[in-house]
Amino acid sequence: MEPDCKTEVRRPILSISGLGKSFGNIQALKDVSLDIYDGEILALVGDNGAGKSTLIKILSGVFRPDYGQISIAGRVFRHLTPIQSLKNGITTVYQDLALVDCRDVPCNVFLGREPTRAGFFIDKKRMASETESLLSKLNISIPSLASNAGVLSGGQRQGLAVARAINQGGRVIILDEPTAAMGVRETEQVLELIGNLGRQGYAVIFISHNLHHVFSVAERICVMRNGELIADLCARDTDPDQVMEMIAGVRQKQGMGRTEVVNEAL
Amino acid sequence: MRRGNISSWNKISPQAILFAVLILLSLGLSVHSPFFFKWDNLRNVLDQSTLNIIFGTGMTLVIVSGGIDLSVGAEAALAGIIMAIALHAGMGVTPAIVAGLATGLLFGLLNGSCIALLRLNPFIVTLASMSIIRGLTLILTGSIPISGFSEDFLWFGSGNAGPLPTTAVIAAVIALLGAVVLNWTKLGYYSTALGGNEEALRRSGVSTATYKIALYILCGFTAAVAGLVMTARLNSADPTAGYMMEMDAIATAVLGGTSMRGGAGSIGGMVIAGLLLAVLRNGLVMHGIASYYQQLLTGLIILIAIFASEMRSRSRDGLSI
Repeated sequence: MEPDCKTEVRRPILSISGLGKSFGNIQALKDVSLDIYDGEILALVGDNGAGKSTLIKILSGVFRPDYGQISIAGRVFRHLTPIQSLKNGITTVYQDLALVDCRDVPCNVFLGREPTRAGFFIDKKRMASETESLLSKLNISIPSLASNAGVLSGGQRQGLAVARAINQGGRVIILDEPTAAMGVRETEQVLELIGNLGRQGYAVIFISHNLHHVFSVAERICVMRNGELIADLCARDTDPDQVMEMIAGVRQKQGMGRTEVVNEAL
Repeated sequence: MRRGNISSWNKISPQAILFAVLILLSLGLSVHSPFFFKWDNLRNVLDQSTLNIIFGTGMTLVIVSGGIDLSVGAEAALAGIIMAIALHAGMGVTPAIVAGLATGLLFGLLNGSCIALLRLNPFIVTLASMSIIRGLTLILTGSIPISGFSEDFLWFGSGNAGPLPTTAVIAAVIALLGAVVLNWTKLGYYSTALGGNEEALRRSGVSTATYKIALYILCGFTAAVAGLVMTARLNSADPTAGYMMEMDAIATAVLGGTSMRGGAGSIGGMVIAGLLLAVLRNGLVMHGIASYYQQLLTGLIILIAIFASEMRSRSRDGLSI
């Protein structure tokens, strides 16, 4: 299942092969293999329960897979711990963003990795200046660094969480429904940010239920259903209707709102 | 770095208001009584504020992290008793004080471990340890206070360091260290983050348990320092010493702008609050109002301070009151 939109030969930054995971009797993930390259924007789509979250949680070290392996920039792991995942450059921005609302922008960007002087005193100046340059590099506009995270807009908060992910050394940024519950303008900002990340050479995996958003920014679309990766598509070779059919496992009747189940080898 | 109006209003204003109240109250008292601004009385006020400030420093750090420590009064009493027993056993002043301070550290460690490792509610844990520690003080002393110490030891409670009472200098040092920890170290940053969003801190790869335990250890340490001051001031280690002091400590911290929800606090504000409470008490005494009313007043002040801080955080979150 090699993506046809990647023609050049290069080493993937993240490569997973044959990952499987079950919870009791439920096989949440079946033999999933996927290569992700620097600068690539990959959308992971699928209905609820398709296995997207299980896959993401294995990558971020929350779940331990039953079988399969993960290799990050050549290093092979049977499973990851959250710290290993973070240290190897996989950072996940969950839907709740995990911001400290009562703290200002630099505090959030540097949470957990504050620079110190003399090994003790926090270097606030460095935090502020590095935050400023990071935000401008990512083209994230936050008017005042002294604002607490709690007063920022949804788009700014997303930007702040992404900036932190990158500051934590992230090379593969996983975004869990970054555009959920956002206004039109904020959604636009977030999609622009995702495109920007790709141009800066970061690999982005983003989960979304909104195919319009997926098609406006992703180069590659991976469809999951019933724990399997059923399609790995190049965005320009497909269209929302086709992807929708794959997600649902149903074919939409031409010109009618009704749908019928397509029998597939399941 | 540009500064936002909203955040600076929220940060600076409560302490400024508190300071204005302190000045106005002092001026009012000095109009009523010519004795208020006499150096002896001011020294007295300073001396009275020291316990609040010492206790309040540790309490501020813990409350900022979203926790609470109800055992500080009992810890202070136990630390004083350990010092007294050590002194009466013939130990030198320094080793005796070290032993007392170590007691505070130990119970801070125990409190913190129960809260962070066993994940128990801080209110219940420290309520239980308050009772356990108070029990230990009674067992160790047979409920009879231990009195009579050397001048060297009493210096910590009633001596002078230059023109100032020793106690005031101790309080100033503790508060200064507390401010440095809160505003300039990882421990302070993580204390605020623990109170703001513990999960975020954990996901950033920080061992939250370590920092939580460290905060309770610091709180136990400040309680033991307060125990030193109390014991040396009264020349007596009393098993009932520091009774209800946890209330004063909480009142000082919250009045100083520390949010009971955690995530925000100010050592500077806490110091002003400590002074304000001491001035208030001084005023009550000068006006001949019975000390019974002081406890009633402390409770009212806690209520009002919590109400004010809730209003502030609600308006900060953009909620209607």
